[in-house]
Amino acid sequence: MSMAGQLDLSGTRSQILRRQSSRKASNIFAGVVISICTLIVLIPLFAIFYYLISKGISSINLEFFTQSFKPIGETGGGMLHAIVGTLEMVGLASVIGVLLGVSGGIFLAEYREHKLVPWISLVSDVLSGIPAIVMGLVVYAMIVLTSKHYSGLAGALALGFLMVPIVVRTTEEVLKLVPSTIREAGLALGLPKWKVTLSVILPAATSGIVTGVMLAVARVSGEAAPLIFTAFGNNNFNADPRDPMAAMPLSIYQYAISPFPEWHRLANAGALVLIIMVFSATLIARVATRQRK
Amino acid sequence: MTERIKAPPTRLGSGGDKVFRGIIIFLALCIVAIFVLSIYQLVSGGWETFSKYGLGFFFTSGWSPAKDSYAALSFIASTVLTSVLALIIAVPLAVASAIFITEYAPKWLAEPVSYLVELLAAIPSVIYGLWAIFVMAPIIQGWQLQILQNPQLNAIPLLHVDIPSGRGLITAVLILAIMVIPYTASISRDVIRLVPRDQREAAYALGATKWEVIWKAILPYARAGILGGVILSLGRALGETMAVAMVIGNRAALPTSIFDATATLASVIASEFGESGGLQLSSLIALGFILFLLSLVVNFTARAIIAKLTPEGIKV
Amino acid sequence: MTASTPQKVILSAQDVAIYYGTKDAVRHVNLDVVSNTVNALIGPSGCGKTTFLRAINRMHDVTPNTRVTGKILLEGEDIYAADQDPVTIRRRIGMVFQKPNPFPTMSIYDNVASGLKLAGVRDRKILDGIVEQSLRQAALWEEVKDRLKTPATGLSGGQQQRLCIARALAVQPEILLMDEPTSALDPQSTARIEDLLGELKKDVTILIVTHNMQQAARVSDTTSFFLIGDLVEHGPTDQIFTNPKDKRTEGYITGRFG
Ligand SMILES: Nc1ncnc2c1ncn2[C@@H]1O[C@H](COP(=O)(O)OP(=O)(O)OP(=O)(O)O)[C@@H](O)[C@H]1O
Ligand SMILES: [Mg+2]
Repeated sequence: MSMAGQLDLSGTRSQILRRQSSRKASNIFAGVVISICTLIVLIPLFAIFYYLISKGISSINLEFFTQSFKPIGETGGGMLHAIVGTLEMVGLASVIGVLLGVSGGIFLAEYREHKLVPWISLVSDVLSGIPAIVMGLVVYAMIVLTSKHYSGLAGALALGFLMVPIVVRTTEEVLKLVPSTIREAGLALGLPKWKVTLSVILPAATSGIVTGVMLAVARVSGEAAPLIFTAFGNNNFNADPRDPMAAMPLSIYQYAISPFPEWHRLANAGALVLIIMVFSATLIARVATRQRK
Repeated sequence: MTERIKAPPTRLGSGGDKVFRGIIIFLALCIVAIFVLSIYQLVSGGWETFSKYGLGFFFTSGWSPAKDSYAALSFIASTVLTSVLALIIAVPLAVASAIFITEYAPKWLAEPVSYLVELLAAIPSVIYGLWAIFVMAPIIQGWQLQILQNPQLNAIPLLHVDIPSGRGLITAVLILAIMVIPYTASISRDVIRLVPRDQREAAYALGATKWEVIWKAILPYARAGILGGVILSLGRALGETMAVAMVIGNRAALPTSIFDATATLASVIASEFGESGGLQLSSLIALGFILFLLSLVVNFTARAIIAKLTPEGIKV
Repeated sequence: MTASTPQKVILSAQDVAIYYGTKDAVRHVNLDVVSNTVNALIGPSGCGKTTFLRAINRMHDVTPNTRVTGKILLEGEDIYAADQDPVTIRRRIGMVFQKPNPFPTMSIYDNVASGLKLAGVRDRKILDGIVEQSLRQAALWEEVKDRLKTPATGLSGGQQQRLCIARALAVQPEILLMDEPTSALDPQSTARIEDLLGELKKDVTILIVTHNMQQAARVSDTTSFFLIGDLVEHGPTDQIFTNPKDKRTEGYITGRFG
């Protein structure tokens, strides 16, 4: 309706025709510009992939997955220590992320009338906006400063805290998608609410929750910032989470900013492996979403 | 007629409900505890600094571990500067790609493009940083060397080159822009999808071209949501650490040229942490607190805008 | 058989009023329901039939701001008394909803068994027996006996609704509340469910909401006519349909018959 004022349709036939052709031209021009912009947006993705594959693939071999760090001067070595560290810390983090995240989501979706709901919802939103590095500092001050010891556990805690708001949000959303008639059907059978929630509602929302957890896993397994002051990194193989631990993103960072070409080689290969890990998690999340529909 | 089987009596009453609710509320309150704990740890960790400098810590510059003297202003300014510059580059591209996905691309193309943008968002920061170090920095170093050979250009303050390292403000801004684009793009895409059909159809019915529909019907309608998305992206950019730390040069001073090395709040925390202790450590944690507050304010603003101005309230 | 059993009032609503916030949706309903009968609730849309039905198994407990006053006696005991557990009440008073709502992640078998299984009944033989018995009661057994382990969502709408009836019957409630159970179904499925009711009332007392006058006339022993929150008239179905006492009932019924 407001268009009528803006599209001036008065004037002679030739004026209209001329205006029409200039409108057509600007329409085409806009389409071209928008397409080019989209291409520019996607170029880095391909550039990064091209870079990682061309620089990294040759270093991905058995040694990469079975060996740990070798000191400067020696060639070879792998990133077993970092792979194990990442898997272990992300696994531990998921325990926190899933426990608190799913519980938070259940609270927000299944106890909607509770007076704490708006507060928890707000805090969860706020948490999701806290930069990862700040979360690292928090856990550093909380754990490392008091115990005087860097550890994989501290790293996992920081990553877990980062997962929580992501899992809360997705859990809440998918639980709210479960029709209320399903809840009522459960209650009408004479089942208590907790039983209905755990045995009927949660299973119906599983794929959605898996999506949320996998997205959170994808996010935190690539995080280096919160680990600098918590897991600290470790050039030796260490699977004990009570001690300083290596992680893929952390090692990539440390190797990349080092002056040694041999380390750069490892950083590139590590980055390729990490990106594949992260994309796989994203893919699982996407497949889980598909199944829901 | 066969005998009717009787269901065995069950004793499951609603007694467990209170227990379950108690557990759920307790765990939900743990989320609040994380938040409260964050504030407490940051304030107490930075206490030495706050009590020594007071508010002056926020409003003066001059960070010098050598003199054991610390102040935050230059980092705050640099953080805001890099983020805003990155957004200036990122927003038009992001919105354009969102328009492409929602309005131009046929379905078979929109889906994969949308997915590729999602993948961009999933790339870890440290990998962007790695790529920036080994691919972008050499290119920018090339520009710097050219400027150095051309005294007239080098005399322009904004383009002045000190050390042709390839690392500095411009490198950080560019990589940050690339990293923020998918985030802004996906929020914009969601907002544009929410524009009601009749808005479009009314415009098309008047004989408007596609571009006119976008420019005069869709974008005005989606403006508020996109603005909220942009501010959320700003929040993201402010706290972005690894990639920036890897290419910004980490120098505690405000840049005067686009090629100058500088440092953001996050980058200085990441890069100086290893060798710090005492007052410096406390000051780094204090910087973390400032970053925390900054992201808090930005996030609240964005969510307020989105909640107020978009009809359905985008979930982000 | 029904005729020989003495008339026993199993459910009695006494001065029941139901409020959504401050708005009263149902006012001062007094109603006695005799055991092993089918009782139809009719009335124009929005008159409070669903609201009343949900008060009977304390379903309103789970929605905030909803209040029920008066007494609802189940075999003489007030179900809203402080010492009554709503969970136990709901096991004794089952409910079938307007739209079929099988549990989406469960198989046909698990759906029917869910009420018992999730309440802790483990005995396989009992479960098997009751699942078969309930499915037979719901006239679904022959159609699904070969695919009990397949997802319930694979059934047709009419089958799903009978599955929901079987699920409700499996916990062996004394009363079954049905809120327009056939309104989402095709005529054939509707007819099958109507046929069921006559059989079912041997085991369970039924309250059924319906917009279909013929259905009410066909299946029910008594009929209650609601209008804007009031129970206008209640009596034997024959009498309500042939000789209503209240003008408004007559108007509604004849209007419907055309
Ligand atoms: N949750 C609720 N909150 C507020 N008012 C409600 C709620 N549910 C129902 N009402 C109102 O209460 C009145 C009775 O509703 P009810 O659903 O019981 O009617 P009904 O007789 O079942 O109608 P229908 O035949 O359409 O199913 C209506 O005016 C309705 O708008
Ligand atoms: Mg109703």
